[in-house]
Amino acid sequence: MNAQGSRRVLAEFAYEVPPVERGYTGQTLYVNLSDNTIAARPVTDEMKEKFTGGRGFGLWLLWHGVRDNTKWNDPENEIVISSGPCGGTTQYPGSGKSLVVSISPLTDIPIDSNVGGHFGPLLKFAGWDALELQGKAERDVIVIVDGQNGRITVEEAPDVPVDTHLIGHWLIEQMAEKEEDRYFMSVVSSGQGAEHTRIGCLNFSFYDRRRKAPRFKQAGRGGIGTVLRDKRVKAIVVKSPPVRGDSNHPADPERIARAGMRLHKEIHDYDDQQNRMRRRGTSYLVGIMNDYDLLPVHNFRYGSHPDAVKIDGDVWQSRFSQGLPDGCWYGCTMACSHAVDGYTVRTGPYKGQKVIVDGPEYETIAGVGSNCGIFDPDDILEINFYCDTYGLDTISFGTLTAFVMECYEAGVLDKEKTGGLELRFGNAGAAIEMLHQMARGEGFGRIAGQGIRRMKEHFVREFGADPQFLQDIGMEAKGLEYSEYVSKESLAQQGGYGLTNKGPQHDEAWLIFMDMVSNLLPTFEDKAEALHYFPMFRTWFGLCGFCKLPWNDIVPPDNAYTDEPAKIPEHVRNYVELFSGVTGREITAEDLITMSERVYNFQRVFNIRLGKGLREHDAVPYRSQGPVTVEEYRSRAERYDKQLRELLGLDPEKMTTEEKVAALRKHREAQYQKLIDAVYERRGWTRNGVPTLETLKRLGIDYPEVVAVVQKHL
Amino acid sequence: MKVLAFDSERCVGCHICEEVCSDTWFKATDVEKSSIRILDEGTGLLQAVFCVQCGECIDVCPTKALYRDRKGIVRLRKQLCVGCLSCVGFCPYAAMFYHPDQLEPFKCIACGQCVEGCPANALEIVEEPTPALTVTEQWEAVAG
Repeated sequence: MNAQGSRRVLAEFAYEVPPVERGYTGQTLYVNLSDNTIAARPVTDEMKEKFTGGRGFGLWLLWHGVRDNTKWNDPENEIVISSGPCGGTTQYPGSGKSLVVSISPLTDIPIDSNVGGHFGPLLKFAGWDALELQGKAERDVIVIVDGQNGRITVEEAPDVPVDTHLIGHWLIEQMAEKEEDRYFMSVVSSGQGAEHTRIGCLNFSFYDRRRKAPRFKQAGRGGIGTVLRDKRVKAIVVKSPPVRGDSNHPADPERIARAGMRLHKEIHDYDDQQNRMRRRGTSYLVGIMNDYDLLPVHNFRYGSHPDAVKIDGDVWQSRFSQGLPDGCWYGCTMACSHAVDGYTVRTGPYKGQKVIVDGPEYETIAGVGSNCGIFDPDDILEINFYCDTYGLDTISFGTLTAFVMECYEAGVLDKEKTGGLELRFGNAGAAIEMLHQMARGEGFGRIAGQGIRRMKEHFVREFGADPQFLQDIGMEAKGLEYSEYVSKESLAQQGGYGLTNKGPQHDEAWLIFMDMVSNLLPTFEDKAEALHYFPMFRTWFGLCGFCKLPWNDIVPPDNAYTDEPAKIPEHVRNYVELFSGVTGREITAEDLITMSERVYNFQRVFNIRLGKGLREHDAVPYRSQGPVTVEEYRSRAERYDKQLRELLGLDPEKMTTEEKVAALRKHREAQYQKLIDAVYERRGWTRNGVPTLETLKRLGIDYPEVVAVVQKHL
Repeated sequence: MKVLAFDSERCVGCHICEEVCSDTWFKATDVEKSSIRILDEGTGLLQAVFCVQCGECIDVCPTKALYRDRKGIVRLRKQLCVGCLSCVGFCPYAAMFYHPDQLEPFKCIACGQCVEGCPANALEIVEEPTPALTVTEQWEAVAG
């Protein structure tokens, strides 16, 4: 295929690539695909001070781009990609993340999805703190940001393939004149699956110099790939000048270097004794979750399974190529971006191809594996590969497939309703065929690809299913599928999932061990404090361009003896050093929380502006809180009986299991409401979940348009 | 391959090797810019830290800036280095060094200048067997 012959420039914009100063370029790139407007917009001091970067910039730009009634597929919806001031730092592990923000086809409110790969940092080094994509193209296009030559183009690309493993290779092959050009290019793409479902993901590439091939990390959550394809964008490409150790032009490079060397040494000395991330990546979590009864099995009914050993970290260590620096950004010695090389695809359109499968990571293994009763690593690899190349989120795919399987086993679905797919737990073949149907936009796959919330409506309307049962077992909140942890026995984690801005994704708060295992959060106030601090702390990573993993997937050897081991105080000090070292803005550990609070509360108000974000929208399915069915109760009868006796003064001996399920449910649902009250109070919100005027004023985000949104609810 | 070797029983702790090294490569007399460091850990014998050319850093480098040259010496291609300092944290001998005056780390390449400068004959260049191929070198052999 001739690259130039199949591409035609529709719009062009020349610019002078500005130097990066203290982590910022001072401008964002606006591209409108409807009318081919391309423009540079200034980054104001107010933006930097109040919104920092990354997710903060994304939400700020999106807020100004959309109306109160904008839907995900309206032209004015945007996709905003931004790393953050510290993004692109090479000395400290986990400093290359991008944050993507858009109105989600699953939740109808802003989604934020964080992702590795090189795009965000290279976008900055190409001259832009953020890319704002609005409008819809008439025909399929690619957007090229060429920071080597100071040129942006929107190009028609009818012959370019859509699926990621093809388009990623294709664009890099066609656009790189020599091997070195590949190093500083990154492609954002999705795939066919995103076109027919609401669970489309974005793939962000980075060039692997040893494998001599592009690798891909996923901005999985919330269906942003679906938005990309709805805008008829096949890919976004960035080319930047060569990356150097000081490409961010930080205020104090030595401060950053010293922090970086400390953490490199810590990982070198202790990773093998701690999580072995360098050998197994996040797959190490499978065994731990299984041991603590937290691994989702059969649609979150159970927390462990005897076959989990077949898909645990040691199995993946034997499948991942070892000894390579598998970081998704330069200098990440945590190196969790492992891959299975030379995997031969077994099904579908790419059957027989030898491919690199990026991952699988814990969420994928638990989601498409144990949660669906699938315990064969090759089945997990097949699904992982196709989800990525089709542009589908493995978490949503796993959780919704588990839901479908429970519906099938409960008789809500049968072979006739699924078009012949026998979607029982453990039937990997049926799950893989459903995945191919999603890509083709056919059959039951097309229905399933709309996500659990819409499937519930469909099954009630078309099949006469019991809406209460589907509500109880359908693991979604706000329209987003749950990520892969069983939260039943941790009230704090129920809040960690339910009291989120974007929907149930654990990147806001993961409190299960603190709450359930270590019992560090005995009171509602303790839980509320944790549900204030940790979501804010974790939000901060996404403002700056950092990854969460090097914060607590490696810890200093003396961490257990510090005042607050769960916070990893030494690493918090590192982050303060890094931010101050890059931007020259001296901050404290407390400032870090305030920076996040601004963005977090702004996002809450944004949700309210778009019709969600109140108390009713923080409701969760009962499956996330306790046993829905008699068989679930019986699987942990001893624990639940004890709770009935000790907490409620009931005598389980005199009750039927149905009565016990009902009594426990009443108790647990009431506890969740008490938790909401405590958390809202701690966050400075009303009992309906609305940030108060005092909160907005304290944070300095009491802009008239923000105040106008909350005033309707005060 | 020819590598630097140190005899602790002969070392008198004059630190001339450090001065020679930093002067050779940085045109400065500054131990912080030397690729050999003489340490007194109170054992009665002085210790020297310098690169033994083991090559472990080659597999840590994300850009393939570190490589083993034809003579077996581990070297850094500065134009490929992104200054991540992974190699500094991961060197098992703590013999990869950083100085704030430059972005890239530095290390001993067995040039032998310090051997000539050592008044106590505590340093010499010796022949050692080249270590086994690193994972990176094995991939290079396959991928070409």
